[in-house]
Amino acid sequence: MKPKKDYADIPGTYVFDGEHSQKGYPLNMFCMSLNKPENRDAFRADPDAYLAKYPLTDDMIKAIKERDWLGMLRLGGNIYYTFKLAIFDRLTMQAVGGAMSGITEEEFRQMMIDGGRQIDGNRYTSEQQ
Amino acid sequence: MAKITAGLGTSHVPAIGAAMDHDKTQTPYWKPLFDGYGAARDWLAETDPDVVIVVFNDHASAFSLELIPTFTIGVAPEFQPADEGYGPRQVPVVEGHPRLAWHLAESLILDEFDMTIANEMPVDHGLTVPLSIACGQPKAWPFKVIPLAVNVVQYPPPTGHRCFSLGRAIRRAAESFDEDLKIVIFGTGGMSHQLQGERAGLVNKEFDTAFLDGMTGDVDHLTKLSHTEYLREAGSEGIELVMWLIMRGALADDVTEVYRHYHIPASNTAAGLIVLENQT
Repeated sequence: MKPKKDYADIPGTYVFDGEHSQKGYPLNMFCMSLNKPENRDAFRADPDAYLAKYPLTDDMIKAIKERDWLGMLRLGGNIYYTFKLAIFDRLTMQAVGGAMSGITEEEFRQMMIDGGRQIDGNRYTSEQQ
Repeated sequence: MAKITAGLGTSHVPAIGAAMDHDKTQTPYWKPLFDGYGAARDWLAETDPDVVIVVFNDHASAFSLELIPTFTIGVAPEFQPADEGYGPRQVPVVEGHPRLAWHLAESLILDEFDMTIANEMPVDHGLTVPLSIACGQPKAWPFKVIPLAVNVVQYPPPTGHRCFSLGRAIRRAAESFDEDLKIVIFGTGGMSHQLQGERAGLVNKEFDTAFLDGMTGDVDHLTKLSHTEYLREAGSEGIELVMWLIMRGALADDVTEVYRHYHIPASNTAAGLIVLENQT
């Protein structure tokens, strides 16, 4: 069965399919490396030298250094991988969720307490135009 | 023979484990969630299984993009809690049941489910948080555990229908084991949530309620939900719910709902829990 990309019209969602995964492989594998304490230490000690070990594009390096969470997704990042960089920074998932959706960590946390982002109006990109 | 008598579906949000590890379960934020877990813990303690099969997903801990197996069964005598960047959770080592796990692996492969077999597999919050939810903080987990990891990170995960069929095959395989064992199966992940993108924080209570209802109702409908429906309605990470269908498939056709709990939020997620028993 040929895969259909009928999820392309879901707003604000970066489906980690083959195309996305292929593009983001070096970025995600850099993030993966932060699972090891010795790698976290090396990245902390000299970020540029550490990043040079991975075949990252200039855009990826810029997004990593700026902690541009949305930018990393657009470059093929997967949230479970990019979140390893957030853990490295001691950030919470709410902080990252807020950064990706343009609100503060506290606003994001409160949105969740209030029942989360509502589904109505968020199913199709066409609802948001 | 070994018999799967019951199933438990639960979210596996890392922050739930962290709240327990850091003694925050009675804070105003967490108390309503944890208050709902007591009944499930009592039920599991009373059920007292010999083995629990935990269907879960790895979150770039044991596996990475280097190798992406769809279904992996852990056959080791023990599984260590993984370091997810904070250092490993301080929870008991997970003891496996190699003989039953190998029996399941061999039976499933001959039944045309092409399992990947893991002798080494650190287990992350996807597996340890459900154990914490179901057992609290014991010195050792009170049963053996067979981890069954499902890829739901790299799209596409296996279909809901395939997951349900695997559950059926697990039931058949268990029943051909040569030792009398009581097994409970956990399906974990979900419920609706989206961690990524501008739509981060999405929750869909209506979808989740229908999914919980479907566990004892129109299961066939649940197995036909398309990936795009999960992504759109339950959020990009809500697609983890296909793992609950392995649990449901491993149970009898007719099951009784013993208990459910649903709470928004646990961190960025709608947290759900359901306990199902086979009708006899």
